[in-house]
Amino acid sequence: MRRRAVLTATLLALSFLTPARADVTIGFVTSLSGPGSAIGIGYAKGIAAAYEYKSQMAGQKVRLIQLDDGSDPSAATRNARKLIEEEKVDVLIGTATVPSTVAMISVATELKVPMICISPIPPKPTSASDQWAITVPQSADLLVKIVADRMKRDGVKKVGYIGFSDGWGDLVYAGAKAAEQRGDLQVVTNERYARTDTSVTGQVLRIVAARPDAVLDGGSATQGALPLLALSERGFKGAIYGTGALVNPEFVRVGGKAAEGIKLSVGPVVVSEQLPDDHFAKKLSLEFRAAYERANKGPVTDQFSGLSFDAWRILDNAVERAIKISRPGETGFRTALRDAILSTHEFPGVHAVYNFKPGENYGVDERSLVIVQLVNGAWKYVP
Amino acid sequence: MTNDIAAILAVDGIATGAIYVLVAIGTVLIFSVTRVIYIPFGDIAAFTVLTLAAIQTGHVPGTFGLVLVLACLASLIEVASLWRARRAREIPRALGFYLVLPAIIVGCAWIALSFKLSMPLQALIALILMAPITPLLDRIVFRPIADASVLLLLIVSMALHFALIGLGLLFFGPEGVRTEPITSASFEVGPMQFSVQSLIIVAAALILSVALFLFFDLTLPGKSLRATAMNRTGARLMGIRPARAGTIAYIVGSLMAGVSGILIAPVNTIFYDSGFLLGLKAFIGAIIGGMASYPATALGAVLVGLLESFASFQSSALKDVIVFSLLIPILLWRSLSQVHSEEEVEE
Repeated sequence: MRRRAVLTATLLALSFLTPARADVTIGFVTSLSGPGSAIGIGYAKGIAAAYEYKSQMAGQKVRLIQLDDGSDPSAATRNARKLIEEEKVDVLIGTATVPSTVAMISVATELKVPMICISPIPPKPTSASDQWAITVPQSADLLVKIVADRMKRDGVKKVGYIGFSDGWGDLVYAGAKAAEQRGDLQVVTNERYARTDTSVTGQVLRIVAARPDAVLDGGSATQGALPLLALSERGFKGAIYGTGALVNPEFVRVGGKAAEGIKLSVGPVVVSEQLPDDHFAKKLSLEFRAAYERANKGPVTDQFSGLSFDAWRILDNAVERAIKISRPGETGFRTALRDAILSTHEFPGVHAVYNFKPGENYGVDERSLVIVQLVNGAWKYVP
Repeated sequence: MTNDIAAILAVDGIATGAIYVLVAIGTVLIFSVTRVIYIPFGDIAAFTVLTLAAIQTGHVPGTFGLVLVLACLASLIEVASLWRARRAREIPRALGFYLVLPAIIVGCAWIALSFKLSMPLQALIALILMAPITPLLDRIVFRPIADASVLLLLIVSMALHFALIGLGLLFFGPEGVRTEPITSASFEVGPMQFSVQSLIIVAAALILSVALFLFFDLTLPGKSLRATAMNRTGARLMGIRPARAGTIAYIVGSLMAGVSGILIAPVNTIFYDSGFLLGLKAFIGAIIGGMASYPATALGAVLVGLLESFASFQSSALKDVIVFSLLIPILLWRSLSQVHSEEEVEE
């Protein structure tokens, strides 16, 4: 207790000594180890790029504290608490897995600190009157809706579905069913497989027997290629669609010829140099790529880094407005920052144009996704 | 379901089943010599794949670190136990076996990897690199409790599986891998398509199960290995060294796990934690074979593969439910129809 008093006194003294300086303190949590690290490392590289891109917000220096949650929700909770209580952060950004993110939100809400999430969380806050978190990525519903719209445009009537036998497979299937409700298309199969399966021959035979015009792949990353390999083995000639969850260098390598021609919905950052010059993400994503290469000494290979970059920009934009009300480090600043984030209006990033409002966790619309097609092993923008 | 579809499913099921056969007979091999139901068997297969994938992509496989850490642990335990037993004279020999030998293997593999190698050679290096792991684990984990009951050994083996998963994540990382196929050739007979890769898997499963059957039922060394499992004291009286028998079984088992891993790696993406489900399904096959007979185990494992294939056609979401539900009637049937051996009565 005494140590804390001394610390507070020192901090107070310091703040009197340097009245113009009030660092914006950001607590960033991601998964650098554990099963979530496959994407968590991408988030960390994105934050490094963002810091390289802009290390001052509203003229104040930014103090960035990064912690690893090891893909474990209880470690994420501890990290969030530590960052808020010991490091007195003004805002939290995190993390790579959904359960950990949800766990961090409850800490942020309890201690009244704004939080910008970088994982897909449930669409509505648990309490609309006490909302402290928003999230950057595109929702699964939207990912599937954009693909379903494209299928309709391409004249697809009957769609065969094959996806993971887990939550992700359910989300994509629900999206396809929603398109069916709108009368856009007809879903003729609901085949599932597990991430560890060696064969999907049985499922694929059923799909081929149903004679769909196209197949929707509800898998992710490398294992999403398995149905495509089996379909091509069975001589399936129809079109294949998928979601951004498949975008991964290993998917392209493993899928090879079988994955060629697949169309899917992703954030525009994946194909930034192919975007038309008047696209909102064009200039920004080229700047993002340059900053990423400076910070990480290598080219961008994922789309997750773009999400943490956007989180940084949304925060920067909100700090500009919140600093007029209160100074970083004060309790009032957290509230002002929360209100500023929740009033983000038509703000472009590398993934989307963001519009946040109270009562909604997501702030993206259809502009946040483009359709890309795999042509000769590379992703090609197809407007 | 038409005949064509049934035929395609049957071929697919046999190909899947052959993978389980390899893992299942390895499990039976280790069980019949050491009485350990070796749950981490699938993990060893998965680690071999991850090693091979790292070699193919030009990375340093995490196996180097894993083997060296285990070798240090095993030699520490061995030296301590020899010291306490006042057999200090044997320490240099023990160190040679538990520390120098694995270190030499790692060293040779390190040197070999600096050359550009063909695919079979890469697979061979992966196999040799993985070979010390099970004997070292045996020294660290199972040797001190070799005389314990089957149940205790099973529980320890389960714990070892979780420890290995953690180590796998540490040394190999969370990314899944898929290696280059040995051959991508395939041919068609009527409506059916056979890939040469699956044929190799089936052939390997057949050859190994027949070879093990002949070895254990017809040769003297095979019989002596089995004798150790039946009664360790009795076997020792007959001049068989149980510890050495165990080491041999683990090395052979580990090579088999490696072979099955290398064969399935081009067919499926393998993650550091993929081994468990593989091992579990193979285990059902092994139980059908009563954990003793190799041909029956092979048949059981193929049955699991076939069942899985037809279940995935009928109701893909419930596939695993169907396969694992099969275990209950089989366990009932086996425990009701089998006469218990004397050893279990003794316990």
